[in-house]
Amino acid sequence: MPDPDRQDRETRSRMRTSARQAITAAGADTESLALGRRSKSEAWKSVAFLALMLFCVLVALALLVTLIIDAFIDGSSRLNADLLTQFPSGVPENAGLQSAIFGSLWVIGMMIITVVPLAVGAAIYLEEYADRSKWYNRIVELNIQNLAAVPSIVFGILGLGLIVRGPLDLGFVAYAGSLTLALLVLPTVILASREAIRSVPSSLSDGSMALGATKWQTIWHHVLPNAIPGIATGTILAVSRAIGETAPLLLVGATVFVTFNPEGPFSEGYTTLPVQIFNWVSRPQDEFRTLAAAGIIVLLFILLLMNSFAIWIRNRYARQT
Amino acid sequence: MRISRRRRYGLILAASAIAIGGIAAGCGDDDDDSSNGGEDLSGSITIDGSSTVAPLSEAAAEQFQAENSGVRVTVGTSGTGGGFEKFCRGETDISDASRSIKDEEIQACADAGITYEEITVGNDGLSVAVNLENDWAQCLTVEQLNAIWGPDSKVNNWNQVDPSFPDEELVLFGPGTDSGTFDFFTEAINGEEGAQRTDYNNVGEDDNQAVTGVEGNVGGMAYFGFSFIQENEDKVRAVEVDSGNGCVAPSTETVQAGEYTPLGRGLFIYPSGEALQRPEVQGFARFYIENNDAIAEQALAIPLSDDQREQANAQIDTLVSGGGE
Repeated sequence: MPDPDRQDRETRSRMRTSARQAITAAGADTESLALGRRSKSEAWKSVAFLALMLFCVLVALALLVTLIIDAFIDGSSRLNADLLTQFPSGVPENAGLQSAIFGSLWVIGMMIITVVPLAVGAAIYLEEYADRSKWYNRIVELNIQNLAAVPSIVFGILGLGLIVRGPLDLGFVAYAGSLTLALLVLPTVILASREAIRSVPSSLSDGSMALGATKWQTIWHHVLPNAIPGIATGTILAVSRAIGETAPLLLVGATVFVTFNPEGPFSEGYTTLPVQIFNWVSRPQDEFRTLAAAGIIVLLFILLLMNSFAIWIRNRYARQT
Repeated sequence: MRISRRRRYGLILAASAIAIGGIAAGCGDDDDDSSNGGEDLSGSITIDGSSTVAPLSEAAAEQFQAENSGVRVTVGTSGTGGGFEKFCRGETDISDASRSIKDEEIQACADAGITYEEITVGNDGLSVAVNLENDWAQCLTVEQLNAIWGPDSKVNNWNQVDPSFPDEELVLFGPGTDSGTFDFFTEAINGEEGAQRTDYNNVGEDDNQAVTGVEGNVGGMAYFGFSFIQENEDKVRAVEVDSGNGCVAPSTETVQAGEYTPLGRGLFIYPSGEALQRPEVQGFARFYIENNDAIAEQALAIPLSDDQREQANAQIDTLVSGGGE
């Protein structure tokens, strides 16, 4: 998976360049207009460019819509309250997602609570305190970027060795899953938070410092509130990635047959939505594939719900500042 | 300005707290209400291992919990190898396996002082499937299967398998190399675990894809568990296999009787002797054998024969009486 944050940054710098080019081009255009010979090939090119970009958007949209429609067609017959209230079962009619929904909510909820403070803290250090001329700071920075490209199964193995067994020794509990996923998405959230902190105008913090505020006061009262929309975006990306992860969770204790909900972050025995869907897809009976399709709809809906919460926070802050 | 910011931080915190609190409250509802039956067992049983055996263990757990609501059974699918890794660390009570325990796993269990028995809880007949329009391959010998699937095989047309077969392209579908089915088939047919030609359509862990592949290709061929044949009799057909004693079709009777060689196999659970000292685990193991027909039916597996059932009960007895050491 390419690093979305870096892509984002690249896109922006590209946009800046193209804006510059556009200005130059506009200048040239005015000139050519003045000369009365605006080139036809230039006009054609801009139409072609627009068509190409539209095509890109349509491809992305078409894939998504196809997936959703396909899942709806396959799963609609099982999209009912039973699906949400029943527990896993070997009999397709009795099978449901209750323990998987609660498992996913616990794992992802605890992951957010863990990862956001960690990532924001790291981002504040790297942006506001770290001296980039020091070699260790540069190593930290380089490693965070590299971590974003590590395959998720590797984090699963790390989680098994470090969190489930090893030094933390939590056992196969839901919070072990949260921590493993937190490690997995940490780089994404750090990079997004750094970008958000960096984009706070320096005039704001300079002004605050000039009025005698300490660095801590400046960061807490001026930099962070203005960075929240960006941090929320990073969290959305993180949740979207984490909620669909299966492989690392299978290693740190997510099981396929659990007929009770987790009682807390440290209760043993949990399952999550993607694990349950994966299990159903691989069953011989057709009815289980219908269930899997219905499960995909439920997963998408829960993801949408969680993300709209983050978007609500982002918009609130974006409007007020 | 400052107050409003502070309020906004507070808002986020409050909102998160409400969200988490909501989750917690939602979970509080169904705390165990196990105080209904007088003789109900209670406790928890952790099972992990082969994804081929998991449907059996799930069915057993489900039916067992219906009678003993105080017992919590969880079933994981780390694979036979992954299951033994946890089992020999004492992290699980029962390990599901679609092959026998290997030497290094025996060693790991011995080092940790874990005792166990290999108890057969079901049977499976790996089936070789062909297209419904294929009217020539009714029976294949092990040699022919080896010629098709062997690691050095260049066979790509049915008339290369047998000159009397028509000129039809052979299209192969098989499971990924992580699968226990792959291990078992390669060992039984090619003589060495993991040895198989690599230019086939790899369907990974999704056997349904192999069914679709064979259904769509007149010259298609695949191998997978017997349950996929039972569920897809309108789409694919199983060929008979001749290992020197005549052609045998996979069926409940031939697999149970041990006639469907070399592709018939047992499905096992490995309970630990220590766990079997707990009444709920012992109750579960006995229930697994006692109600094997119903469990196997739900899991689409081939149930135990009477002999197998007797042997399983004897093994549980041995392990219960000797499990303390």
